[in-house]
Amino acid sequence: MSEYEPRIICFACNWCSYPGADLAGVSRIQYPPNARIIRTMCSARVSPVFVLRAFQQGADGVLVTGCHIGDCHYISGNERAEENMKRTAEILDLLGIGKDRLRLEWVSAGEGGRFAEVMTSFVQQIKKLGKLKLKEI
Amino acid sequence: MKVFEEIVQQTKAYYCIDCGICTGSCPVARVNPRFSPRLNVEKSLLQLEGEIVEDRELWSCLTCGTCSYRCPSLVDYQSFVLSSRIEARKAGREGMLTHDGVLKLMMELQTFAFPQTRTGWIPKEVKTSAKGEYLYWVGCLPHFDVIFKDYGTHSLQSAVNALRILNRLGITPVVSPEERCCGHDLLWNGDIESFRKLARYNIGMLKKYGVSKVICSCPEGYRTLKVEYPKLVGDTGVEVIHISQLIAQGIKEGKLFLNPLEQKVTYQDPCRLGRLSGIYDEPREVIRHIPGLQLLEMERNRVDAICCGTTGWVNCTSCSKQIQTDRLKEAISTGAQTIITACPKCKIHFQCALINSDLSIEIKDMLDLIGEVI
Ligand code: FES
Repeated sequence: MSEYEPRIICFACNWCSYPGADLAGVSRIQYPPNARIIRTMCSARVSPVFVLRAFQQGADGVLVTGCHIGDCHYISGNERAEENMKRTAEILDLLGIGKDRLRLEWVSAGEGGRFAEVMTSFVQQIKKLGKLKLKEI
Repeated sequence: MKVFEEIVQQTKAYYCIDCGICTGSCPVARVNPRFSPRLNVEKSLLQLEGEIVEDRELWSCLTCGTCSYRCPSLVDYQSFVLSSRIEARKAGREGMLTHDGVLKLMMELQTFAFPQTRTGWIPKEVKTSAKGEYLYWVGCLPHFDVIFKDYGTHSLQSAVNALRILNRLGITPVVSPEERCCGHDLLWNGDIESFRKLARYNIGMLKKYGVSKVICSCPEGYRTLKVEYPKLVGDTGVEVIHISQLIAQGIKEGKLFLNPLEQKVTYQDPCRLGRLSGIYDEPREVIRHIPGLQLLEMERNRVDAICCGTTGWVNCTSCSKQIQTDRLKEAISTGAQTIITACPKCKIHFQCALINSDLSIEIKDMLDLIGEVI
């Protein structure tokens, strides 16, 4: 049997992280292809609902990326995102999905290498946690 | 549609004499001219059910029960709305979700068998047990506590106080980490399948813990466990008690002594506790028992109490805000400094209205009030 491949949803902001992912691509940096990347205008756009919905639809992990603090195109969007994700993590814990399946990272447009590193380590983390079983009660 | 003929039969909508008392009594119709219970009943009689299902205002009904209570023909308008919503959902309709729909998602996610961690909030100084006669039903409080942090409603505080009070009454309740959403909001939003799943699960969970009495502090949970679950499975094998009943009894038996508190307060009857369960007196007895405390009644109280303006986390509109601010003004006009409510949702809704207005009054959960004086 082949090794379990987690399904990961990655949200990337339009101004830093998405170009960062793009740079990783054009620089031909290798990273695991487990993620479906969804571009949002800012990391603050990612509401708890996006994350919960991803898990409901069968994601095993959610990675949210945005500009470094101070660099957000909308000045303080990423601070908002930090607050949002903190709460989302609490909700995930309450629900039993576990906060380890969610990660928030800052990746700038020039950090193609960092994007690949973050993705690699997150995929490893989710592999360790295993598949999220959507078994009904 | 055959279904609507059945709905008309079941809810006795055919008895409607077109008097309009329902619409005249309805707190929503008062502020929202597009909403009319009477018109909906009439539409069902004229076989215009398509219009009912399509109507966005179907989801504005608070299901507060004022209309059904006053209806001279005893039409069960609440069940009418509930059944219509089930049909509307089948047709792919849904209310306008508030808070981005996070609450609905959270409820839906509880139908999956994830190993929850929902008892981490219990402080060390209160006693709970793993098995026993009583179970304290926490409900959505841990979830509300996270989501409504900005509102300063601290929903969990009332759960902690509930446990403290129960301990004082000599009860060491079970708090189950396996408890799941009672399904109240899913049911009232027409998601009958998810409701059934959760109900069956919870009944099984209660059996597993071997408890015979469930203490609820949330009126919605209370009514769901007491009325809706038996409708589904017959006898659930547990007695459902509202915490205010226990406290009132404890005070009578001299088990609970309350410290004095100089304050003027008023009491908001939650729909699910008052009109729908008939519990008006116990919370009042408990509040009145605090020495020095003055309980001032609002003009519309008990069966005539006005709902807190939105329900089920759908269709919270400017009309809801209007209902809420009107109610807050009514409370202020009594001269009270604090509104006491027995429902965590009333507290959140009023708090939200309060933040967005220039009114000033304090909103407090009944359990937090008692928690202060024991
Ligand atoms: S624009 Fe990148 S985080 Fe706000």
